[in-house]
Amino acid sequence: MAGPTNVLVCVKRVPDVSGEVMLTEDGQQVDARHVGFTLSDHESCAVELAVQVAQAGGGEVTVVSVGAAESVEQIRSALGVGCSAAVLVEADPACLGPADVALEIAEVVRDHEGRGTSYDLVLLGNDAADSGDFQVPVRLAHELGRPVVTGIKTATVTDGLARLRADGPDGTETYEVPLPAVVSVMEGGVEPRYPTISGRMTAKKVEVETRAPSREPVGSGRLKLTLPPPTRSTAQVLGEGPGAAPAVVDLLEQLGVAR
Amino acid sequence: MILVYVETTADGADEVSLETITFARSLSAAGGGVPVDAMVVGPAPDSVADQLAAHGVRTVYRADGADFERFSGAATARAVLAAREAAGAVVVTAGGTNRGNEVLARVASQVEVPMAANVVAFEGLSPFVVVRQVVGGAALEHLRLGHRPAIFTVAGHAVEPAAAETPGQGSVAPLEVALDPADLAVRVVSVEKQDDSGADSLKSARVVVGAGRGAGGPDGFDGVTELAKLLGGSLGVSRVVTSLGWRPHHEQVGQTGSRISPEVYIPCGISGAIQHWAGCSSSKVILAINTDPEAPMMTKATYAVVGDMHEVVPAINEEIHRRRAGG
Repeated sequence: MAGPTNVLVCVKRVPDVSGEVMLTEDGQQVDARHVGFTLSDHESCAVELAVQVAQAGGGEVTVVSVGAAESVEQIRSALGVGCSAAVLVEADPACLGPADVALEIAEVVRDHEGRGTSYDLVLLGNDAADSGDFQVPVRLAHELGRPVVTGIKTATVTDGLARLRADGPDGTETYEVPLPAVVSVMEGGVEPRYPTISGRMTAKKVEVETRAPSREPVGSGRLKLTLPPPTRSTAQVLGEGPGAAPAVVDLLEQLGVAR
Repeated sequence: MILVYVETTADGADEVSLETITFARSLSAAGGGVPVDAMVVGPAPDSVADQLAAHGVRTVYRADGADFERFSGAATARAVLAAREAAGAVVVTAGGTNRGNEVLARVASQVEVPMAANVVAFEGLSPFVVVRQVVGGAALEHLRLGHRPAIFTVAGHAVEPAAAETPGQGSVAPLEVALDPADLAVRVVSVEKQDDSGADSLKSARVVVGAGRGAGGPDGFDGVTELAKLLGGSLGVSRVVTSLGWRPHHEQVGQTGSRISPEVYIPCGISGAIQHWAGCSSSKVILAINTDPEAPMMTKATYAVVGDMHEVVPAINEEIHRRRAGG
């Protein structure tokens, strides 16, 4: 298979958490009122890789999200950096489990294929920054009957073969996968680009194909969220500034690591 | 019956797999002492059977040979499914590593049951409720896993690995796994070894000296590098440091970098964002050095020094030199 490489990249609207996490009163969700929402790092890199692969192969990138209507915000940010078409499967994220998300994305792939747009490569983040399920890419591949490689850092496509590199337990691993395939991306292999002004303008004009879920979701099985208990009591302050050095070295000796 | 997919290195079962077996034994104890079996796929030293027996494993299923020489997620999942059938397992678990999560997600897809990633505890057996890390460990999800087999991975460092009070038999049972050609279509074609200064030594270091944004730039790591050397430890950095290109990615500690559990972790100029905390929270002792006493790392640490790392760290290095010279 030669010719343009068309890519579908999947993104999720997640709370922009970097400090303390707050939960909603019913304990069902992360309270994002004060932190806002974002794309996770894995997914920003997936979008970047999607754009690189499509540009190199003369293809196009479609971005898809399954979730709340507000996910259009994350879809637009992907459109702003080079995706050219967009799909939102609008559903209450609280009702969705990882299997539901995989099935809905598979449905989009099949439906678009029936209408003449096929995706050689489907890229996702390795795991969502909020739910951390580590399985949507594998379930999607299973549903589509396509090969899947997880946790990759970089990707290039030549003549219908994707060359993928990932950090394995023994070093950097290379995979070669015939397309079409599903690939999940781990942050750190590529630097996501910033949107240009013209990119932002174009992004605003793209019409987002909004769809209803194809079936009743089975859900995740979540009973509730809790916050982990603090793991340690308040720190013992050894001192301030360079004057604390003797106390620090005393401690390191006591711990047996100063030798 | 509980089946653990065990990952191995040239030395035997890896640490996270042993932690997972320890977790599986506590689940077994709660369930009336059902046996814990293990599945080892691909090349592994013969001693792994004795090692797993010491951790209470009854049967060590093995799938080996040319088809398993290089990692294929599909083939490995097929082998785990075969072991699951042979063992009659109602629980299938693995360490919450990239491999463990991928292989069990494949198993769960094929059996059409849910999978819970990064479990840290269980709350009840009927219904089976697990507690798992979400939001990079900043929150916990209590999740009902009603289907059988119950499939989940155990988060790294959620439990201390411990040998069993009563060893298991550890009898080796080779499995013939019927593979489809498609199972081998996608596998690792080559591996480039990382050098010793990479992530491996960071993960196993007794002492890790960390540096974050407070380093100030690519030239700001001399002090922490020297301290790491003086203590026979490794340098670890926060994500911002690798994102800015100040240090290579293999030195990154955090949710998307290495997860470390040294005897002593000395984070310098690291505020302690959740991303980073997820990778260092298993350190036995944390000694934080930061100008901001309210930074999360400073409040969560065991010990804290308030000050600029560029002043404090050289003073510590000098003090160590002075004491060594003075005897």
